[in-house]
Amino acid sequence: MLEQLEGSRAVAKAVALCRPEVISAYPISPQTHIVEELSDMVASGELAPCEYLMVESEFAAMSAAIGASATGARAYTATASQGLLYMVEAVYNASGLGLPIVMTIANRAIGAPINIWNDHSDSMSQRDSGWIQLYAESNQEALDLHIQAFKLAERLSLPVMVCMDGFILTHAHDRVDVPSQEQVDSFLPPFEPRQALDPGHPMTIGALVGPEAFFEVKYLMHAKQVQALDEIPELAAEFASLFERESGGLLRSYRADDAETIVVALGSVLGTIEDVVDELREQGVSIGAVGIKCFRPYPLEEVREALRHAKRTVVVEKAFAVGAGGIVGQNVRLALSGLDPQVYNVVAGLGGRPITKRSLGTLLDDVLEDRLEPGRLHFLDLDRERVERELERMREGGRTGPHAENMLRDLGLVAARPH
Amino acid sequence: MFQVRIHGRGGQGVVTHAELLAQAAFIEGRYAQAFPTFGSERTGAPVVSFCRVDDREIRAHEPIAHPDAVIVQDPTLLHQVDVFDGLTADGYILINSARSFDDLGLGELAGRFRAERMLTVPATDIAREHLGRPLPNAALLGAFAALGGLISLESVAAAIHQRFPGPIGERNVAAAEAAFEQVRNQRKEPARA
Repeated sequence: MLEQLEGSRAVAKAVALCRPEVISAYPISPQTHIVEELSDMVASGELAPCEYLMVESEFAAMSAAIGASATGARAYTATASQGLLYMVEAVYNASGLGLPIVMTIANRAIGAPINIWNDHSDSMSQRDSGWIQLYAESNQEALDLHIQAFKLAERLSLPVMVCMDGFILTHAHDRVDVPSQEQVDSFLPPFEPRQALDPGHPMTIGALVGPEAFFEVKYLMHAKQVQALDEIPELAAEFASLFERESGGLLRSYRADDAETIVVALGSVLGTIEDVVDELREQGVSIGAVGIKCFRPYPLEEVREALRHAKRTVVVEKAFAVGAGGIVGQNVRLALSGLDPQVYNVVAGLGGRPITKRSLGTLLDDVLEDRLEPGRLHFLDLDRERVERELERMREGGRTGPHAENMLRDLGLVAARPH
Repeated sequence: MFQVRIHGRGGQGVVTHAELLAQAAFIEGRYAQAFPTFGSERTGAPVVSFCRVDDREIRAHEPIAHPDAVIVQDPTLLHQVDVFDGLTADGYILINSARSFDDLGLGELAGRFRAERMLTVPATDIAREHLGRPLPNAALLGAFAALGGLISLESVAAAIHQRFPGPIGERNVAAAEAAFEQVRNQRKEPARA
């Protein structure tokens, strides 16, 4: 049924339709509305049978999800930013133990400086944690991906993160098609765990594994992730035939099949990029976009196929490896190794700075007119003048004070002077 | 696509305003996207929310820099924030105030924008009368329906009822209707046009 809903509520509805048996969560912006809504549904009896655990931290949230999943219960949690970092040890345990937990990441920057706004630093920090990572472009896709995520997780006995842009999606009210319980039930069968703790048949999950077998268990994690590269397109196709809309998959190409220039991105910025592509196409520019919907496992062959014909690839990403470069950019370059396209890597939208059509238009003009140097790392809408001013202060030496406060003072947002 | 930017202060219902506008457009079978800005959501701090309405799927996820309409919930913001920034020359202006544009010191706007698309309405007074509280949302939505023709009063009423069932919804709808009527009557008086 079509509804006008906040993204968080749309996701909560999708999760409830998947009949989770245990939800353990600790609130953190911008994820809070999702678990608040689920908590209400459990309290009112709308979502039953389900145990909602209001735990004392994110570490406890993931630990409880691990415990629940290990007993064979369908388990869900959600977090963001510092909350995800706080649960990291348990995040690795969930994947190492092969427990099919589904977790929403309402993408938000990582401090310091403390910042509640959107970028992809949080989920990107866990890209190698052994979890599958799916990225939603819209609230409809966020809703749909959760339904696919439970099925994918349980089929492979692997945990799945569904990443959606904090605030930009979680707090936006959009039109979404909420499926019926019958539709979801026909897609997602009851959870049949591959391993389950049962007092009647005692067994150990999480034994100490020495050098004689650790390597093989780790390899199996990799093998299952590689297997997911086949499962994900199959699930997306099955979903499309049942729900009559395209959602998920590994990649999505937009007017890119014949494009000389292709913009690659993850998440909600793809919608804005697609609008820019349409405008440039109208001016006769041969341009398209490729959205990476599944970043882990990394669909290397598919990225190579989607981009190999392009002369220029522009990767726009909302996180980067400080001191090293782009994260998505490095992965895209890897996929294109041996070919010789120009790859432009652009970091954008950190800490909630809007990525506008106007900025993207200027960026793409620079690319098309050869004014941007490929190979280098670029930063969209970075205020170089302010950066230079701070670097100059540092060159002068002495106790120059914290960067963040200096920047705020330069902007006139903080009046106090350092002593 | 029609884009609306709403300026108010934390606690006045700026975010709800955009959501109700989007809900009203959705009820009319259109695509709508409502979203707030975040951060300084302290009570009394300047807050902005946005609403896009279109006949096709809305893909963009950027703030609205060039709105087709600006709604100002709190006229004291006029001295603090450039609420008209980026407003298109054909744009609509709706300000919550019992005073005229001239009295607000905004006479010069008449030269930049179309007079028939500029409106002040005493939404807080109307809200006090119908709700007993100074929450101008519903009255502004009613006035906006009368001003722009983007959404109908019926859709505004339906959106309010969906969001606030029962007596609270009834009182808000009454405020919206009162503002709608007031604008319609005001527009019939040539001297005030």
